[in-house]
Formats: sequence, structure tokens, C-alpha cells
Amino acid sequence: MTEKFDAIVVGAGPAGNAAAYTLASAGLKVLQLERGETPGTKNVQGAILYSDALERIIPDFRNEAPLERHIIEQRMWVLDDDSAIGTSYRSEAFSSDRPNRYTILRAPFDRWFSEKVRAAGALVICETTVTELLQEGGRVVGVRTDREEGDIYADVVILADGVNSLLARKAGFHGELDPRNVALAVKEIHFLPEETLQGRFNIKGSEGVVIEIAGAVTHGMVGTAFLYTNRESITLGIGCLLSDFKKTRVPPYALLEELKQHPAIAPLIEGGEMKEYAAHLIPEGGYKAIPKLYGEGWMIVGDSAGLVNAAHREGSNLAMTSGRIAAETVIALHGKGLPCSQENLAVYRAALDESFVMKDLKKYRELPEVLHGNPHFFSVYPKLFNRAAHTMLTVDGEDKHSKEKTVRRSFVEQRSLLGLMGDAYRMWRATR
Amino acid sequence: MINIQEKLFQNRYRVDDGRPHIRIRNPEICTEDCQSQACTYACPAACYTLEGKAVTLTTDGCLECGTCRIICSEHQNVDWAYPRGGHGILFKFG
Ligand SMILES: Cc1cc2nc3c(=O)[nH]c(=O)nc-3n(C[C@H](O)[C@H](O)[C@H](O)COP(=O)(O)OP(=O)(O)OC[C@H]3O[C@@H](n4cnc5c(N)ncnc54)[C@H](O)[C@@H]3O)c2cc1C
Ligand code: SF4
Ligand code: SF4
Repeated sequence: MTEKFDAIVVGAGPAGNAAAYTLASAGLKVLQLERGETPGTKNVQGAILYSDALERIIPDFRNEAPLERHIIEQRMWVLDDDSAIGTSYRSEAFSSDRPNRYTILRAPFDRWFSEKVRAAGALVICETTVTELLQEGGRVVGVRTDREEGDIYADVVILADGVNSLLARKAGFHGELDPRNVALAVKEIHFLPEETLQGRFNIKGSEGVVIEIAGAVTHGMVGTAFLYTNRESITLGIGCLLSDFKKTRVPPYALLEELKQHPAIAPLIEGGEMKEYAAHLIPEGGYKAIPKLYGEGWMIVGDSAGLVNAAHREGSNLAMTSGRIAAETVIALHGKGLPCSQENLAVYRAALDESFVMKDLKKYRELPEVLHGNPHFFSVYPKLFNRAAHTMLTVDGEDKHSKEKTVRRSFVEQRSLLGLMGDAYRMWRATR
Repeated sequence: MINIQEKLFQNRYRVDDGRPHIRIRNPEICTEDCQSQACTYACPAACYTLEGKAVTLTTDGCLECGTCRIICSEHQNVDWAYPRGGHGILFKFG
């Protein structure tokens, strides 16, 4: 292939698809390369899709995208060994004609998104792994692939290759991920008859429920679990920081088995047929771990750039938004006949800074450090909250004043009054 | 004991026979120098197994996550790449 493209996009996840779709829709000559057999066959997510980010790219996606359920209820559970305390929010308002969040399955969803990219005019080639970036005089000028005569050239290369970000690392744009800044998540999908699922979760039609879970199931590691309802299946999974897995030596699949056996979870998946087991990393270093996002002839978007808001379990929307903004940057330069130099691409970072992507990441910039420094958030507190609930809800002839005293004492014994105040302060600082 | 093979059995793979995409650079480092041998318990597909002190890697069930490369940070003894295009894990649902 000797022809030259306006842009090459590496990867067909949400970031790459958003970029390629936006570029092709503006009439640019785009090549997108994906290593999977079809887009989606390498990709793993919970998965919650946030409508807003996609709506800004494909306004009528609801008519055609493979969506599982629109979410009307979110539960948050904190587990102890055999108990759970939690809150939930459910609203009819989430059942409007333009729901805000959906559950999806990434394999069919990514395939659909990719069809839109093709229809917009991009050339999409799958089953092709990009092995390195081609550079000339400090400028990225194209990519090398694992196909014969696989060198391809373009004015700009957009790296949407996901969390491992091997290409940028190999080119020396940034270093290896720190085990403290990346979580490993494992998950399974269990199929159940639709009516069974609706009955168990108190939902009808395409309504859905998601449950975010913390506590004993992570063995004190920094991490969370989740359980999401799809049309005829449930996905559930658990993820913790790699540095914590290294410390505890608990295999990730052992955590998943314990989660499935927890008395609050087991009845929800009972009788389901397990059809897939998956694992994937999540970049959780946040704002402070964001690498350089652009240079001479290259830009980096989505997970490859570490753009994940772990506190809110948002990633795909940051990926789509960064992909779209990167594409808009290139389109503007192309329109003015300007080169994709480092200087000109600075607009990309500036536009990201102005968007919710960087604003949110900045807001939580201290959170990763605070969580590292305070492992008791994931070990001591779940127990205390569960025991407090147990004490208060057990009617046994003891008066409520004395019960409250017992609860207060249990907190102070575990953390001391100063410790409790310090924790509250640290959490406030980390999330303000 | 959790049977990880049973889990992986549900997955679809196109194995690139004879061309493993991950390699242990120097097996002696695993046996002699590595205290944690973290790959043997952190790999979600249990691709790394321990026999005595020796570590063996079989990539057939690999989920292509990247954990083994990152967790081997002290010794950087894992030579890690993605499989050739179209090969490896093929998620049906993801
Ligand atoms: C368990 C789990 C649950 C999650 N839950 C949520 C959620 O509920 N909501 C949410 O918004 N986010 C969630 N996330 C985060 C979200 O999945 C990611 O932020 C998002 O997928 C990032 O998109 P991306 O396009 O940057 O990367 P990816 O989706 O990883 O896509 C990268 C693509 O590049 C391809 N590729 C990589 N290297 C090469 C190469 N060298 N050559 C060719 N192709 C290549 C890959 O095959 C892949 O298709 C979750 C993540 C995990 C792991
Ligand atoms: S962590 Fe690295 S050095 Fe240690 S046993 Fe595994 S591959 Fe070998
Ligand atoms: S990439 Fe992940 S699944 Fe594959 S061998 Fe390494 S740790 Fe195991």
C-alpha cells in the first residue's frame, strides 16, 4: 500500500470509532486498523453506556445500536462476609424517550459502531496488529503492521489502542504503567430467561438495574465489584489494583468465585448459564498519571491515554469524547491546510481541558493517593457499617440509646475519633 | 480449588499454533531472583504455573490483559506482545 491517508486510527474501540467516524464524516481519507477478527472481539467492559457522549457523535443511535437495557435503578452495596448494607436510587424519569444510561455488550456494540464508521466512508481493516509507529526525523509518519508490506503512511496517527498502549511506549512517548495505577477486572456473563431476570430485579420491558459493590469481597484491596442486568443475561465482575493483587496473592478468579457465592449475590444469578469469562485492565491513575497526549504527527485518546474516571466507573464516554475532540482538531487543521505538528495539535489538549473529561479527572486527582494511603476504607469501614446496621435492626430488648452507644464505640475502637475525622477530611479533599 | 480451565472452556480462541505472543525472557530469573513470582497467581487465566520453583508459561488461554507484563515490574522479565491480527481470544460478548 503506497497511498497516503489523511489520518490513521489504531484501534476500533469507542475512542477509535468516535475518532474515525468523526474524521470520515467530515470527508477526510481515513484508515482504521483493528487487531480483532471483527471490532469488539478483543474488548471488555461492564458495561454501562452513557448516552450523552455517543449522542454528540451519532444523535439517533437509539434507533439502531444494540442496547441491552436502559437503567432505571442504581444500587450501591457495601458487603461484609455474609451481609450487605446499601442505598439505591430508582426513578421513572430514567424511562424517558431518551434514557441517559444503558447496559450494552461490547462485542456486538463495537461491531455496530464500526459499521457506522464504514458507512461514513472510512477504510476499516481488521485482523491487523500495528507493531510500531514509523518515524522520520522525530515525526510520526505512519504505522508498521503485521501484514506483508504492511507499512502505511498518513499525515497523523491517532492512537486508540487501549490501556496497554504498547505503541506509544515502544516509541518512548511514555513509560510502563505503574501497578498502583492500574486495576485488573475479571467478569462473567450468566444467561437467564428474560422473565426470571425481570422478576428478580423488579423490572419490566427493557428497564434495567445496576449494582455497584464494595467491601469484604475485595479482601481489603482497593477495588470494587459490579452486577449489571442485560436483556437476557447478567454480567458480574470484580476488579482491584495490580499492586494489591501482588500483595495479597489472591488470584482474581478466586475473588470472582467468592463474589458469586456471597449470600446477597448468589440468589440473583442462581440457575444462570455462564457463557464467557473475560479479563481486562483499567487505567486508574487518574489526572496525575496522564501522559503526553500529542506530538509531531500523533495523538493519543481513550484508555491509551489513561482517560478513565474510576470513581464514577466512566471510561467509554471519556474515550468517545477524546476521540471526537482529537478528530475535530485534525479536521480544523486539514481545513486550513495546516500540518499536524506538535504545535498545531496543542489545540487537542486545550479542548480536552475545557471538556468534562479533564475537569472530572482533575476533580478527583488526589483520590488514587488517598485510597493507597487508607486501605481501611476497603476493609474496616465495610465491616463497621454492616455491624452497625445489624445492631440497630436487631430487636432484642436492648434500648436504642445503648445500641447507639455500642455502634459509636465500635467505630472509635476501630479507628479512634481523630482517625474518623481524618478519614472524613481526606475523602472530602480527594473528591471536592 | 477453582477450576479455571472450566471457565476458559466457555471462551472462543483462535490459537496461533507454535507462535506464542508472550515469552519469559530469562527463566533463570524466575527461579533464582524473583521473590514474588506474582505472575503465577495474578494471571486471570492461570497461564503461568509453578513446578517447584520453575515457572512455565502456556499462552493458549491468555485473555490478553497485560497483567503479567506490568506485575513483573522488578525484573521486567516478560516479553509481551499482542497475537498476530485475528488470533488469540475472540470475545463473543465482552
Ligand atoms: C471490567 C470493566 C468494566 C468497565 N465498565 C465501564 C462502564 O460501565 N462504563 C464505561 O464507560 N466504561 C467502563 N469501563 C472502561 C471502558 O471499557 C474503557 O474506558 C473503554 O473501553 C476505552 O475505550 P478505548 O477505545 O480507549 O479502548 P479499547 O476499548 O480497549 O479499544 C482498543 C482497541 O484497539 C485495538 N488494538 C490495540 N492495540 C492494537 C494494535 N497494536 N493494532 C491494532 N489494533 C489494536 C484493540 O483490539 C481494541 O479494539 C470498564 C472497563 C472494564 C475493564
Ligand atoms: S513475575 Fe516475572 S520474574 Fe517473577 S516469576 Fe513471573 S515472569 Fe518470572
Ligand atoms: S496477558 Fe493476562 S491472561 Fe495473558 S498471560 Fe498475561 S496475565 Fe495471563
